[in-house]
Amino acid sequence: MRITDFDIGPDPYREETDLLESVMDGAEVYDSPREKVKIEKEYYKNYVRASGKVQKLIRAENKGFNVFFASVAVISCVLLIGMLLFTISYLPRYGVENPESTVVVKRYVECGLEETGAINIIAGIILDYRAFDTLGESHVLFTALMCVTVLLRKDKKNMRTKYEDFYTIRDEKYHELYRESIMRNVAAILLPCLFLYGAYVLLNGQISPGGGFSGGAVLGSGLMICAAAFGFRSTDRMITKRTANLITFLALGFYSFAKGYVFFTGANGIENRIPKGTPGAILSGGLILPLDIAVGLVVACTMFGFYSLFRRGSIGGNE
Amino acid sequence: MDFIRNFPMFSVVLSLFSGVLCTLLDAKKAKTYTILYECAVLAMNLAVLWYTVSAGTSFTYVLGEFPAPWGNELRAGVLEASIAVVFMAVMLCAVLAGLRYVKEDIDESKVNIYYTILNLMTAALMAMTWTNDIFSGYVFLEILTLTSCGALIVREIGRTTLAAVRYMILNLVGSGLFLLGVVLLYDVTGNLLMVPMQRSIALLYPDPRARIVLIMATGILTIGLSIKSGLFPFHYWMPDTYGWATPTSAAVLSSLVSKCYIFLLIKIYWRVIGIDLFMEMPIRNILFVLGLCGIIFGSVSAIRAENINRMVAFSSAAQIGYIYMGIGLGGIPGFTAAVFHIMAHAVTKSQLFLTTPRLADVSGGSLRFKNLQGCALKDPNAGLFFLLPSLSMIGIPIFAGFSSKLFFATAAADGGGIKLILVMLALAASSTLNALYFIRTLIRIYTPGRTPVKAGDRKIRHRLDYNIPMIVLTLGNLAMGLFSWVFAGLIGQGLGMFM
Repeated sequence: MRITDFDIGPDPYREETDLLESVMDGAEVYDSPREKVKIEKEYYKNYVRASGKVQKLIRAENKGFNVFFASVAVISCVLLIGMLLFTISYLPRYGVENPESTVVVKRYVECGLEETGAINIIAGIILDYRAFDTLGESHVLFTALMCVTVLLRKDKKNMRTKYEDFYTIRDEKYHELYRESIMRNVAAILLPCLFLYGAYVLLNGQISPGGGFSGGAVLGSGLMICAAAFGFRSTDRMITKRTANLITFLALGFYSFAKGYVFFTGANGIENRIPKGTPGAILSGGLILPLDIAVGLVVACTMFGFYSLFRRGSIGGNE
Repeated sequence: MDFIRNFPMFSVVLSLFSGVLCTLLDAKKAKTYTILYECAVLAMNLAVLWYTVSAGTSFTYVLGEFPAPWGNELRAGVLEASIAVVFMAVMLCAVLAGLRYVKEDIDESKVNIYYTILNLMTAALMAMTWTNDIFSGYVFLEILTLTSCGALIVREIGRTTLAAVRYMILNLVGSGLFLLGVVLLYDVTGNLLMVPMQRSIALLYPDPRARIVLIMATGILTIGLSIKSGLFPFHYWMPDTYGWATPTSAAVLSSLVSKCYIFLLIKIYWRVIGIDLFMEMPIRNILFVLGLCGIIFGSVSAIRAENINRMVAFSSAAQIGYIYMGIGLGGIPGFTAAVFHIMAHAVTKSQLFLTTPRLADVSGGSLRFKNLQGCALKDPNAGLFFLLPSLSMIGIPIFAGFSSKLFFATAAADGGGIKLILVMLALAASSTLNALYFIRTLIRIYTPGRTPVKAGDRKIRHRLDYNIPMIVLTLGNLAMGLFSWVFAGLIGQGLGMFM
């Protein structure tokens, strides 16, 4: 339904046609301005009335659609839940009814330490047995960072409004003006512990629960707390756009090359010259420790990058 | 072991590395680097194709020291290699032909990020084509989901953001359902690699309790991937997504990304479920019916479109319907037709999406039909490159579209029964509808308009970086039409290796 479907009279604002042509076509030619004003008023009145009717119709249609949409959504969700519950009731009991399914897991548990050199079997599985999946997984985070950068980083097409800049500046000033806040004192105590703990989780991935993803998350949240408590000026000293890019590039590039080497040697039957080390020591598990560090750096940079992009539209300072 | 066997792994790892490297380069270097490295990947894929065809066998590539049930694996056969070659060739053509629009549509500070996203997308496409492990498939499917949204929003106008939100939500529903399916299959079989998985599925299938779980898991996987590839009830994200993206993205998203999901689905049917079990499942018939609905509804929506890009995008929905119809027909002929249509459509649709912006350039930048009057006369080159793939879409002989319709018809004739009648009716109806909207468009763009050339029109010098990829795509289209038996032979050989 459109406004033009209602009878609202001729549009006084339509394109000015050639006067002579109009006369030849027998069209009405307005000569007095008062007459024109009158017609315009009439037109507007009709237009407003008609648009009110159209709005009412659209609202009614939308309401009908919304009811239909909501009911279909609820019905399909309930159906899906019901189907999944029905399926789950038919799943075989783990390890009892399908003994085949535990073969792979048993090998991981029994030979994992010997084959990968890592006490933490999870680290052995994700970084050695199924390294290709983890190679992809660490690039998933990077991809997400790139998409958020495209969406949020300031550029000519994507300029913030004056207000948003005002708020950004006020936020920055806030940290200079109000020095004694609870946040700042707590952060001062918390940050060293946080960074230390993050490094511990990161470096001990092959020995105890932890590793690249969790350690990197702790480090990244440390950076975020730092930025929230002391302002971005403090983190800009550590991480600028250039360094964040460089760290990510070095970490992921190293990851690709190291894993490419392992894939190459493994598949071609060439001896892998990376020592496994003694299980339990920090320097053990072959490539697991350096890969954990690489993943951890990427995760930390990515998490801080998200925070920084959402807060001020750039990763480093004024680019 | 021959050195060529390493190439599938190299193509994935090199693409990932190139993606990360492009963040450090400036716009111009990133462009040059991307083109060079894509040529290298294309050459490697060609080498693998030559290797597998001449050896007559497929090979698996162990990633790391741990073989089949324990570590990850890649697998290369004739089918994977030919799909990879077509994907890389189309990708390279799309990047080359869209260079000028990348410069216009994307802010200069973000051009290198666009190439990063494209390279990561290439990595995901290659990994999903080569993988022999269903969970690796999921991981790279996630990368493909994210990069396809990134390639869409990089042209920062309101419409792409809106389209990307819709596309993202539907895509994530699809990924979630795919993951649920993988989890169910893993719980039942205890494996993630395709070969051991198929072995235990074949053992479990006779048990009626396990059969319910297997059919449900296959169904959930199918629903997930069909949402992502745009099968009939889920195709309404297509026009906005393809219609407003920058031309390179539109070409890549329509002709590679959605096809890659379908290829993964075909791979799962053959290598995880097993084709004999799949033929017994009722899912096949549902896909067949939805494919038919997609053909008809997609074409009808295309007729009603007012904008040339939306028309081409809705016709994509119809073409996806064809592919699912081929899967629904089943058997080697049905799947051959489906895979052939994947290749034919990749070549044709990318060329259409790369030509429409040229037509818009000489019509004051508008894609609406009423403004496109006579644009092919102003830019005869672009008009020709629109004419040839449109003829292929209608199904004129000597073009790829005709051969794929012929394959569908012969596959249906092999099966016989009610499906034969339905396929013939659908083919007839769809060809008529296709002809209706494409010929209408062709008449529109080749009829001179009454209005003289407007001030907004731009005179464009056709450069080699646009003409060469277009000529390559046209030649590919003609080759698939004239030598369709070569391609069908390759696909049949590849499907034989899948068992």
